[in-house]
Formats: sequence, C-alpha cells, structure tokens
Amino acid sequence: MALLGRIARSTEVYLVGVLLVLSVVLFLLNPKFATLENIFDVLRNNSFLGIVALGELVVLISGGIDVSFTAIATVAQYVMGVLITRYAIESVFLAFLIPIPIGIALGAFNAFLVNRTRVHPVIITISNLNVFYGLLMVISKGKWIYGFPAPFRDFARLKVLTLVSEKGVDYGLSIFTVVWFLVAVVTWLVLRYLPIGRKVYALGGNSEAARRAGFDIFRIQLFVYCYIGFLSGLAGFVHAELNQMIQPNAIVGRELDVLAAAILGGASVFGGAGSPLGVVLGVLFIAFIKNGLILMKASAYWHQVIMGFIIVLAATLSAYQQNLERKRRKGV
Amino acid sequence: MKRPRGRRETQSLILAVVVVFLLVLLGILTKGRLLAPDSLQSIAFQLPLLGILTLAQMTPMLTGGIDLSIIATANLCGVVAAIAMTRGNVPPLGAMVFGLAMALSFGVFKGLLIAWVSVPAIIATLGFMIFIRGVSLVLTKGYVIAGFPGSFLFLGNGTLFGIPMPFVVFFLCAVFLFVLLARTRFGTYVYLLGSNPVATLFAGVNNGLVLFATYLLSSFLAGVAGLVMIARFNAAQADYGEYYLLLTVLACVLGGVDPAGGFGRIPGVVVSIAVLQVVATGFNLLGLSSHLASALWGLILLGVIAINRMIGGVET
Amino acid sequence: MSGETPVLRLAHITKRYGGVVALRDVEFSVLPGEVHGLVGENGSGKSTLVKIATGVVQPEEGEIFIEGQKISRLTPYLAFKRGIHVVHQDLSLFPNLSVAENIFAHEYIERHRSFVAWKDMERRALEVLGRLGVELDPQEIVGRLSFADQQLVAICRAIASSAKLIILDEPTSSLTFREVQRLFGFIWELKAQGIAFVFISHRLDEVLEISDVVTVLRDGVKVGTFPKGELTKAKLSFLMTGKEITTESLVADLPETREILRVERLTRRGEYADVSFTLHQGEILGLIGPRGSGRTEVALTIFGLRPPDSGKIFLEGREVVFRSNRDAIRHGIGYVPENRLLQGLVLDQPVADNIAVTILNELVSRSGFLHPARKIAVAERAIRDFGIKAPAADAPVRSLSGGNQQKVVLSRWILTAPKILILDTPTHGVDVAAKESIYEMALGLARDRGIGILFISDEEHEVLKVCHRILVMREGRIVREYRPSEVTEEALRQEIVG
Repeated sequence: MALLGRIARSTEVYLVGVLLVLSVVLFLLNPKFATLENIFDVLRNNSFLGIVALGELVVLISGGIDVSFTAIATVAQYVMGVLITRYAIESVFLAFLIPIPIGIALGAFNAFLVNRTRVHPVIITISNLNVFYGLLMVISKGKWIYGFPAPFRDFARLKVLTLVSEKGVDYGLSIFTVVWFLVAVVTWLVLRYLPIGRKVYALGGNSEAARRAGFDIFRIQLFVYCYIGFLSGLAGFVHAELNQMIQPNAIVGRELDVLAAAILGGASVFGGAGSPLGVVLGVLFIAFIKNGLILMKASAYWHQVIMGFIIVLAATLSAYQQNLERKRRKGV
Repeated sequence: MKRPRGRRETQSLILAVVVVFLLVLLGILTKGRLLAPDSLQSIAFQLPLLGILTLAQMTPMLTGGIDLSIIATANLCGVVAAIAMTRGNVPPLGAMVFGLAMALSFGVFKGLLIAWVSVPAIIATLGFMIFIRGVSLVLTKGYVIAGFPGSFLFLGNGTLFGIPMPFVVFFLCAVFLFVLLARTRFGTYVYLLGSNPVATLFAGVNNGLVLFATYLLSSFLAGVAGLVMIARFNAAQADYGEYYLLLTVLACVLGGVDPAGGFGRIPGVVVSIAVLQVVATGFNLLGLSSHLASALWGLILLGVIAINRMIGGVET
Repeated sequence: MSGETPVLRLAHITKRYGGVVALRDVEFSVLPGEVHGLVGENGSGKSTLVKIATGVVQPEEGEIFIEGQKISRLTPYLAFKRGIHVVHQDLSLFPNLSVAENIFAHEYIERHRSFVAWKDMERRALEVLGRLGVELDPQEIVGRLSFADQQLVAICRAIASSAKLIILDEPTSSLTFREVQRLFGFIWELKAQGIAFVFISHRLDEVLEISDVVTVLRDGVKVGTFPKGELTKAKLSFLMTGKEITTESLVADLPETREILRVERLTRRGEYADVSFTLHQGEILGLIGPRGSGRTEVALTIFGLRPPDSGKIFLEGREVVFRSNRDAIRHGIGYVPENRLLQGLVLDQPVADNIAVTILNELVSRSGFLHPARKIAVAERAIRDFGIKAPAADAPVRSLSGGNQQKVVLSRWILTAPKILILDTPTHGVDVAAKESIYEMALGLARDRGIGILFISDEEHEVLKVCHRILVMREGRIVREYRPSEVTEEALRQEIVG
C-alpha cells in the first residue's frame, strides 16, 4: 500500500502521463509524429543531450552543479578530431577512447577546485567553462574539422533494427540511441546499487551528516564531476559522429537546455533527488516538443517561445504541487 | 570596543590588492597605453553595458536567487524600442517607454511566479530567458533592426561634459541602486530576506512583495541596459551578448555578493565591474582574442578565490 | 553496579580554548547499562565534554578510557568503532534516504561491499526496529517521518553499529509528552540489553525521571555526580546555578482592567480544539503544556499565521479576522517565536537591523529615505534600555549570547508599542541571569505599559512566578485554569501530565 502511495507521488509517473498526453496531442496535430521513422530520428538527434543530462543528474543529486560540461565535450571532441584527421586513424574504437580520459581529467580539475576552495560549484564551473573553452578557441583558432575517414561515416549510420520505409529508405534505431539508453541503465545501476551512488544521494541530502558520518567528501565529489566529465567526452564523440564534423562553437551555449531537462526530470537544484528515468523522460519531453514544432512547420522562432513557456509552466506546476505538500505537513 | 575584522573585509582587501597588481601589470605590458586617454574613453563607453547588466543581476542575488533572463530582457526591450522607432515611427522617448514597459510586463510575471508561487528563481528565470528570447526572435525574424534617429543615438554615443552618455546612465543606475539598497526600507528588507526569509516572515516583512519588487527591478535595469546597447550599436537583435550573463554573475561575486544571499554592496560591485572591464580593455590592447580574454578571466577569478582561501581561510 | 569497568571514563580532563578554560579537571564515567544524566547551564562545558568523549576535540590534559583501555588519541572514527555514539539535536540523518539506509549508512564506509543489497538491508533494519518493538516501514523516506520517528531511526542507527554508549543531546525538546514517554521506553529497553546512555537535557524533570545518576557541571567544573534518590529538581537547579529557584510569585494582584483579547471556541483540526480564554490589559496569562499540546499552534493563530477552522477572535471587543501576520501586527500583536535561531533572528545581519525591522516605517524621513544612522540610534537606545550586551549595534547578532539574542527579538516587538505580546518559551536556552532579566522585562511591560502578555512555557516554576493566571493545555484543549496562589508546582505538573 505504501509502495502504491510512493509510486503515485513520484515525478516519473507524472512525467509519463504528461508525455503520453503530449504524444497524443502531437499525433493529432500531425500523424507523421507517431511514425517509427520519426521517433527513431528524434531519439537519434537527442542522444547527445540525453547523455550529458544523465551526467548532470548525478552532479545535481550530490548537491553540486556543473555548467562547464559543454566546454569539456568540445575540448574532448576537438582533440579527437585533430588526432583522427591528422593521423588518419581508421579505427572508430580507438577514436572513441580519446575523448574519455580528457573528459575525466577536466572533470577531476573541477572536483579538485570545488573541494579545495569550498566555493559554490556554479562559480567554479563557470570559470572553468571560460578557461577550457577560451583556451581551446585560442589554440584551435576556431577552425572546423571535417573530412573524417570513411569508417566514421559508416559507424554513424549503424542501426540496431533496420526497417525500410515506403520511399525505400533505410531507417532504424540508431546506435547512438542505444548508447544513450545504455548510459541511462548504467547510471541507474550505479546510483542504486553501488555504495558510491548512495553516497552521492547522501551528500546531497545532508552534507553535514555526511561529513559527520565520516564519508570521504572529496572522493564523492571527484566521482560526480569525473562522471559527468566522462559522459561529456562520450557525448562529444557522439556529437562529432552525428554531425560528421566538429565546430568548436556548436555545443557551448546549450548548458541551460541540459539543466532544464534534468530539472524537469525531477532533479532538484538543492540536491538529494532525481532519477535517471526522470531525466530520460525530461529529455524526451523537450525532444518531442521540438520535434512537434518542426513537424508543424512552425517557424524556428516559435520554438523558443513554446519551449520557454513549457518550462515555465512545468516549473510552476511542480512548485505549486510542492507548496501543497508542504502545507499539508505542519509548518508555516 | 573595536569589531574584529570579518572574513568579508579581508576579501575586499585582497580584491583591492589584486586590482592594483593587475593594473600595474597591464600598464607595463601595454607600455602605458592602458592609461592613455583614448583607452580610458573606450573603457568608459564599454563598461556601462556590463555595468548596468551586473547591477540588474545584483538584487536577485542579494535575495539568494538569480536572474538568468536579464540579457534576454535587455534584448527584448531593445528590439521593441527599435521596431517602434523604425517601423512605427514613434519618437525615441515613446519607443523607450514601450521597450521598458515590455521588459516590466515580463518582470511582473517573473516576479509573481518567484514571489508567490515559490518557483525556484533559477528555473523560473531560465524558462523566461528562453521564452523572451523566442519572443524577440519572432519579432525580428532573426534579422537585425537598424537605423535609429540621431537623437536616440546620442544615448549611446554622445558625451555629457566629456563623459560618455552610457557611462552617465550607468552612474545614475549605480546611484539609484545604491540609494535603494542602502537608504530605503526595501534595501533593509532585501538583505534580511536574503539571509533568513523565515525570520523576516515572522517579523512581519512582506516577503512576497520584496521578492516581486526585486525581479521587477532586475527587469527594469535590464531594459535600461538594452536601450543603451542598441543606442551604442545602432542595431537591435534578439540574441546579442549571451555570454554576458555569466560575466554578470562573476562580477557580482567578485564584488562581494554572496550567492547565498544577504551580502554585497554597490561600491564593491562597481569596483569589480571596473576591474573586469579594464582587464578586458587591457587584453584588447594587447591584441588578445576575446576567447583568450575569457579564459584569463576564468583564471583570474579562480586565482582570487585561491588566494582568499589561503589568506582569509576559515569561516567565522 | 559498582566494581564494573566503566564503558567510558574521562579522567582529569582539562580543555582550554585560547584563554578560556572550558573544562577544568573533570572526571566523568559511565557504567554499562547506566543512564547517566548530564546537566549544566549554557557555557557550563557540557558540549565540550561530549566533543571530547567523541574524539572531535582533544583535551589539553587528562586521559580517556574506553572499556578500561586507555586511548592515547581519540578520533571520531575510533570513538565510533569502540561504540561511543552521539544522537545530536538535529539528528544528522539523510532525509532523502530510506529508514533502512539511514540505519546502515555507516556500512557504506566500513564494509566495502561491492553492491547494495537492498532486501538484506531492509530485513536487518526490521530486526533492529524489532529490538525496540517498533514497526516502521524500512523503505519509508526518512524526511516524511515525524521528528519522533526520525529520532528513533537515529537511535537504531547507533544500535546497528553496536553502540555501547549512546549520548542523547537534548533529545526531548521537539517531542510531545507521549513521544517522550515512548523514548524513555526505548531507553529502558536498551538499558536492559546492556547499552549505556548519557542523557543531556535542560528539562530537569525528565532528567530525574530517566537517569540513574546525574552529573552537574558549572562553569567548566564538575559540581558532583549524584544518584537519583538524592536529588530533587530544586536541588538540581541550585547545583547548576548556585541560586535557589523560587516560585514566589512576583506579580501583584491585578485590578480589574479592560479585556483586550478574547478567543472563543478556536478550533483547528489536528492542532487544537474549542479553545477559549480572555486576556486583560496589563495581565500576564500563562499558557503551559508540553510541546504538541497546541499552545504554539494557538499562538500562531492569534498572530495571524495559521487561520483557525472555526471560532472567533475579538480584540478590544471587536471581532477580527487576520489574513496574515501583517494584519495581526497592524492590530498591535507581537510574537516572540519559539525557535529563536531560525524564526526569530537573522543571525548574520547586524543587531540594529534585527531590532529595527518591525518599525522601519517609523524611521523614514519625510522624503521616504531610511538612513542607517536611524536604525543604529534606535538599536543603541534599545540596547541601553533593555540591558542587551552587544559589542556594537552593527555587530552581527550571531555574536551575542542566547539571552541577549532573545532580548533583541523582544525589543523589536516592544518598539512596535503592541497591545498584546505573545512570548513563546522565551527563556528556552537562556542562562539564569538573562532569564531573570526577561522576567523583569515582561513584568515591566505589563505593569507600566498595560500590555497584555500571553506567556507560553513548559516550566511550571516559571509560570507560577511570573503570571497572573495560568491556563493548562493538554492534547489541544484547555483543561484547567489556576491562579498561582491556588496551586503548587507539584499539583500543576500533575495536571499537565494528566
């Protein structure tokens, strides 16, 4: 009984409901929305957002925040791009290994500063965003990288489950979507079944209690910032593959999209709450809306208006619901 | 009895030392050009934009919140005023009123949600930022609107007794905010609320009204910044200057504003704005790209924080 | 139980902080299965003693023995491993995690398990809860539990890590009477299982009820350790402060005065029911009852923060309905909150702002500006008039002692020239000298300014001393009214307990 109560109260159920309603509405507005081809496409195009949002979730749960991940992803993918074009690396797997350690290292730098300076992570990561991105732009002179070796193009076309559309075009569930969902599953496993994952929740729930209990705060912070660093590197790879080119200024600026997805998905800015499922739903929510707008051939400018309106509405409803819950319990 | 020097005073001292050090360093590196009259003029023209936007960010941060929508609001105000002047043939004064009215209307909604529905400021202003940017895009269809009457351009390019107009506007805004924060009831309420909203509620302070006014204020100042901006560039667009957002937060924090709320005064913030702008101009003179400049800013802020840690040290 | 090795023994402990001696040559031992009460005023050294016992700070002189073994340097981790546990007033729990996780949180550090075994953890949690005979859902999120249940989880956490000694720091200040009895039940149960307790509280009745022996600290020195049988509340208080507490009434009889407040049949579901009383000009009306009896809830309703479900409020004969506390304040009601640190003060801001906040409207010049000097002037006058000891009017209020902080809150309301003042446990956490000062202030306000005071308290001797009339509240209702001359402290306590 208590379990049912818990399920009824959860953000995820609420989101699934909203998502279903949204899907129905979009389908009615344009039946093309509900075609598998379209859905697969949406999932593919949002896998970058989906992957980093999961990393941001982990940081938010710990009570911190990271806005430098776009710069980390950019640096990681850029180094990869330079290496694969200059040395004509044919192995996608080898290339894939490049951004990961870069992301982790930059994440560790974030963690180190957050811990040693005791300054709010917003400030630290904003500064590092500037440092990472600025230095990259100076060194790279903003040059684009394209012309990847053929294996990379082939890899990008990889699908799990291929179907043929009426027009004879191949489509299917992209490998990148699979990667995204795999990351979601791994994140869920880590957060739920590994002690470090539970410590992340604990730190976010009551940092003073965590300190008193003897938790190694630095190690937890190192974990969360390196985790998002790792995922940023991975996402950088995905982004490069999706676009088949690297434009240094393409990713930076989208920090708030990721934050919005994470927060819509139930992560709290104060820490201690959030789930991978919720974040996936949050990303899907934003993705569906964007897609719906495209299908309706709404002018690109209206995208922002609708997106902003939706975020405000969702946040308002959530805050309203929290207010009611707070009033139900005792307290002013 | 002499009050023991607190942590914040130590930090201001450190900031002052850093400022002097940077100025000297840049002065040397630029071979004195930094202090030349035309550099100073350039600073005086550029500083106000960052300055007014930072002032807009200050009050929300004092209450422990943040306003992510100030740049978008500034742009919107500029766009509305621009459209009024170019397509509507409205005289500049009227156009400015339209622009500010638009900025304030969004401020009303923002304030309502944050003050009375208790939507967390970061998410509410995030949503508004995207929404307002969208509105601007719809209005401009992505184009730049240009060609304003000369009388209006004076606001951005003229001088008053040799002082650039933008700087005069910034100065007026700084004085206005100073008086508001240091010499009115509202100011006292803001600092108290930022430090402990539960206690202020019990003491009979109208928390909702104070927060509402805070976000109205940030919207208004953002609007003013927008007007100065389009007057200076003789052009309005929907998404100019987005990178400024993080800079305003940086400038506030560097100037002594505690992101958790309750602390921070105008003089410190003004100095911090000046420092950032002088450094930026110095970088310009040295021919550094804007990217290198922003990287260096990041490093400077981290450096100041690190020094603070080492010297100032423990929380009182 | 003599002759047994103490679980914990602190011998000849001296601790200095700079020039101040926090503890001087203190001896403190706890035997297995013993409930050892620890009492002392604020600043007597209680919290320092606890910090030394748990390894948080090191003494300059003295030795620590755990189960007879000398420990050369005690660290928090070592204390934990050896079975010395503390349940702090704030419980130190993780509100977003489940009951089971909170109970076994220490295993995340200790056991180096590869995976979290949820089912196993929940089963073991049920076992621990079973030792206390309690049923709680191990999957329930701790933040959703009542404070009393959360405290239970904290105690289970100690048991689960094989505690031999559990230090309870002010465990009952947020509990209702029933919950306190339940807690005592747990303590007796665990005591029988061999676990020792240190019970720290300023509620002397409770200390005497639960403890086997009581140690009294005063100004960093141990006054003595006494078996329960030798102590009475009066004696204990005398030992703590060096002063006799009198319950001699300080108030003269009140002449017939005007009624300024009347409440009729106030009811709010789950909090209080059918509450009616009258308050007259210049009268101090005591409202006594344990926490949870509805006394603070009624006060908050009168202050406009919690509208009643039914019932009426009359001010000077006219019915009023408050939509917010601002309405109440406008009508001349002031409220000194129960939780001084959270609800009363803005700790990091200056004393002047904390005092002047209620009357800023009166300090503005004709042009609408508020000069800081005016706030300071008002504050300095209040500091003088009310005997507040503060380094400066612009010092952060955090730097004041508890008693002086309370005076700051009081003065902010006095400055509003209220007709009615509600004082909610105003002497809680305040040292003896300041307590007297606050009584004087209250008496003066009633006598000289004709303010009607609603004095909420949970200490019988206090209301007997300071009030003209006393109302006893139990489980949301007013059960009895007394004049101080009509009742003894004992009888009053009996009525409260019911």
